Amino acid sequence: MAATWQYALCICMLLMESRGSDAGNNSSQGATTLAVVSWRWEHVSTPYLVALWVLVSWLCKFGEVITGISIVTFKWNHVKTPYLVALWILVAVLAKLVIESFPSVTNVIPESALLICFGWILGGIIWAADLQQTFSLTPTVFFYFLLPQIILDAGYSMPNKLFFTNLGGILLYAILGTVWCAATLGLSLWGCQAGGAMGALDIGLLQYLLFGSLIAAVDPVAVLAVFEQVHVNEVLFIMVFGESLLNDGVTVVLFNVFDAFVKLGGPRINAVEIIKGIISFFVVAFGGSLVGLAFGLLVSLLSKYTKNIQIIEPGFIFVLGYLSYLTADMLSLSAILSVTFCGVSCQKYLNSNMAESSVNTVRYVMKVFANGSETIIFVFLGISAIDKTIWVWNTGFVLLTLFFTLVYRFIGTFIQTWWLNQYRLVPIAFIDQLIMSYGGLRGAVAYGLATMLDDQRIKEKKLMIGTTLIVVYFTVILQGVTMKPFVTWLKVKRAAVAEVTLIEKVQNKVFEHSLVAIEDISGQIGDNYLRGKWKIFEEKWMSRFLLTSEARKKQDYIFNVFHQLNLKDAVDYVDEGERRGSLEFVRNESAFINFKKKLGDEFSEVLPDIMYLEVENQVFCSCCRRDPVSSVSLQMHEKTMQGTRETEDIDAHHLLQQHLYKGRKQHLHRYSRNHLDINTDDNEVQEIFQRTMRNRLESFKSAKMGLAPAKTITKHTKKDQQQKMPNGKSTDTSKNYYANNEGFELSEGDNASGSEASGGSFPFRVNYKAGAGIENPTFMPDPDPMAPMQIPPWQAEDEPDGSTVSPSQRAQVRLPWTPTNLRRLAPLRISTQSTDSFAQADTPASQEKDKKWPPPPPPPSDK
Amino acid sequence: MGFNGTSPLLDQRGELRPEDFGAIRELSMNPIGDRIISAFFSPGKETVDFASFVRILAHFHPTETSRSRDGVQPEPANSRTRKLKFAFQLYDQDRDGKISREELLQVLRTMLEMQVTEEQLQSIAERAIQEADLDQDDAISFDEFRKSLEKVDIDHKMSIRFLS
Repeated sequence: MAATWQYALCICMLLMESRGSDAGNNSSQGATTLAVVSWRWEHVSTPYLVALWVLVSWLCKFGEVITGISIVTFKWNHVKTPYLVALWILVAVLAKLVIESFPSVTNVIPESALLICFGWILGGIIWAADLQQTFSLTPTVFFYFLLPQIILDAGYSMPNKLFFTNLGGILLYAILGTVWCAATLGLSLWGCQAGGAMGALDIGLLQYLLFGSLIAAVDPVAVLAVFEQVHVNEVLFIMVFGESLLNDGVTVVLFNVFDAFVKLGGPRINAVEIIKGIISFFVVAFGGSLVGLAFGLLVSLLSKYTKNIQIIEPGFIFVLGYLSYLTADMLSLSAILSVTFCGVSCQKYLNSNMAESSVNTVRYVMKVFANGSETIIFVFLGISAIDKTIWVWNTGFVLLTLFFTLVYRFIGTFIQTWWLNQYRLVPIAFIDQLIMSYGGLRGAVAYGLATMLDDQRIKEKKLMIGTTLIVVYFTVILQGVTMKPFVTWLKVKRAAVAEVTLIEKVQNKVFEHSLVAIEDISGQIGDNYLRGKWKIFEEKWMSRFLLTSEARKKQDYIFNVFHQLNLKDAVDYVDEGERRGSLEFVRNESAFINFKKKLGDEFSEVLPDIMYLEVENQVFCSCCRRDPVSSVSLQMHEKTMQGTRETEDIDAHHLLQQHLYKGRKQHLHRYSRNHLDINTDDNEVQEIFQRTMRNRLESFKSAKMGLAPAKTITKHTKKDQQQKMPNGKSTDTSKNYYANNEGFELSEGDNASGSEASGGSFPFRVNYKAGAGIENPTFMPDPDPMAPMQIPPWQAEDEPDGSTVSPSQRAQVRLPWTPTNLRRLAPLRISTQSTDSFAQADTPASQEKDKKWPPPPPPPSDK
Repeated sequence: MGFNGTSPLLDQRGELRPEDFGAIRELSMNPIGDRIISAFFSPGKETVDFASFVRILAHFHPTETSRSRDGVQPEPANSRTRKLKFAFQLYDQDRDGKISREELLQVLRTMLEMQVTEEQLQSIAERAIQEADLDQDDAISFDEFRKSLEKVDIDHKMSIRFLS
């Protein structure tokens, strides 16, 4: 609580600074009443100021001496606007930070409601300081600077397939529902006024309809927050999400149409004008969508060629998205729909064209923008309320508006759903309808439109703004708070939170295809038929023009899922490894079964099968075993047998780079505007220390038990990963030491059984053997030159050099474990065999180990 | 039954042959089109009459929630199990009650595009089998198949609104 007060005070002061001296005096008087922080400016003001002036004048003089210009000047007016903007953003974000730090509160009260409350407080402070409301949400700021990114984000993260499957319903709700709400509300209010329920108000039917249209805008933010928390089923989710998104656009269009009518004036409206209005409604809505589509395709096309400017690649979508908004607005088409469809149409192509890091960047930046402006909007919605001038109270008007918005929302939803259900394969359940109706929260769009009203023509503008605010507060706060209990209480069907499985995805594909086939056979043109047609069209034309050739290859759905799953496994693998202090376990525990099974099955089979095993392993391993950063973006489809041959040299090179210890001087932090390098600098001292410790342990073990040191490769990998972990977990040496020890024993046990299982002769053995010990020093990064320096003296003394180094050498070299590699290196090995006696001694054992290498990471369900 | 026989295929013979299905152009572009076609023909038969044609189509009829369960009636063709069985048989070409790795591979091969290499296909198949394979026999039995798709809304995914 103290923190919030401090913030508030701080902000207050800063704001007052901008206000000028009056406000400053106010605050100093107000602050003296606080006992905790006694503010004794008056006591010291004169000497303080004198001292300051002296300082400043000296500085100025100092400046004059050298250049003749003063060094320090106070230029508040120069920076005032951007400064205030930045401050506002900071305040809003800090508010969010404070609010989010109380999860118990946000669980009950949605964040948007809390932000509004925060806005009230802030507004109160400002008002107390200024005695007037200097800050309020102007339509320009709202519609040009705050809204576009929210809509772009919503469009961009739209689940496309779900959206288009339910497009009919969404359009129905968005268009018809909005018109229905606007019309009925306007008419009813007008009727009530005629009936004398609201006293004397200077509002005509057209003005009422205008008001109805602006209040019909449903705001998705609060509802979606709740929906995400409770995981409602996806159909309900997309219905509400899609509706509220398109509905914003439709509302603005409708508002403009009625606004034009109001401008035209009542008597001059005839049938022709009304028809023109209706036509313009559709032209504006669909025209806007088309502009958005065009821009979306443009972005996609551009992203095809941005490979060389990866660093600004993510910027295109923002700039062009904004441009699509502005263009549509310029053409007096629906800007909101434009930017929505821009996002919807380009997401697929952008995601496949851009590099993975850019995709993530876009995703995050998008969220940052959207979340930020959402926060600002809600705070402003709160602040706007603290203004005496806007409040014109009319109980009848306010209450009736509230009542009608709620009731007509329900009625409208039920009628439309009933109609929709006649044509839907899976009807929308009654409970879902209730939630949809109840989720009709009004938000900032309504308020933004209300402030756009022309007070020349609409005399009761202030009443309308006030009422809009009340409706917003009522729905966001009251309905928002009750939404979650409501969802829980009604037992709304939840989404199944299931792990993605490959078989499921494959099966879904099969279902899709068979549905298309059956529709073809039964000769009817249904959704699936159209979808099939669209797919073919898209594959044939859109993809060809909009996707890069690599992206087109990767595009396949099932393969994508496969890739994603593998990535996930890799991440799990690392996580789990980190948790247990070693990566050893994955290979040993879970994968061993698979290997054994396979070994049993294919033991007697011929070489190709084993090759296959290898290839498969390679695909899986390349994901998890190699250097983790690059492997994430590793394009697996390129890792064909032929590809390996070509990349082999690069691999070796890469390997050397990765694992050679570098001289300190190379680890300079580099700055480049065009490239984002991950700093590979790491705490090598620790690594080397650990490594030597491990070597000691291993040599000790092997000496004692007559066994070769176990695979150390994964440990290296682990360390590399650790170093690159963003949070930089501290590597507790002693802990790791023991963990490694554990892992070591585990692997030994498996080794034993592994060698039993593979007791017979392997036709492929020669190759394996060759590969097992790539002990050619030339292919090895040699840690030696650096190692002695970092090895603790006690260790350097009592360990013979060879035994400390060789196990890890062998381990390192195995990293790019590819069949071609092995074969190529085979002759070399023979030559080294004679020299490296230590390695020779444990070749048989390591060879067994190699065979059980990298079984595919098991599916999560296996565990 | 919602289906009213609007199929363009049914000719005067009252029976259909595989060639009749082959005449549908869209179907030839469907990766699993020929599997669907062969699903219409019971083993060893060359023709399908209207009744069995409709019976196959009935698999795709949406399940009605209000169906009376009198127990005597055999399980309707559009029940979850029957739908799944139909899907299962699309894979299980040799009808041994198991989807072997090879059978899965065949389906994958037709469905994935050319760009995916054979090795990747195999690892995909391998992974898919591992996911579903509970008894470690390197093949997916119907039970395993059903279990693996437990969370999938079959009714949603394998239903068509036939003209009614």
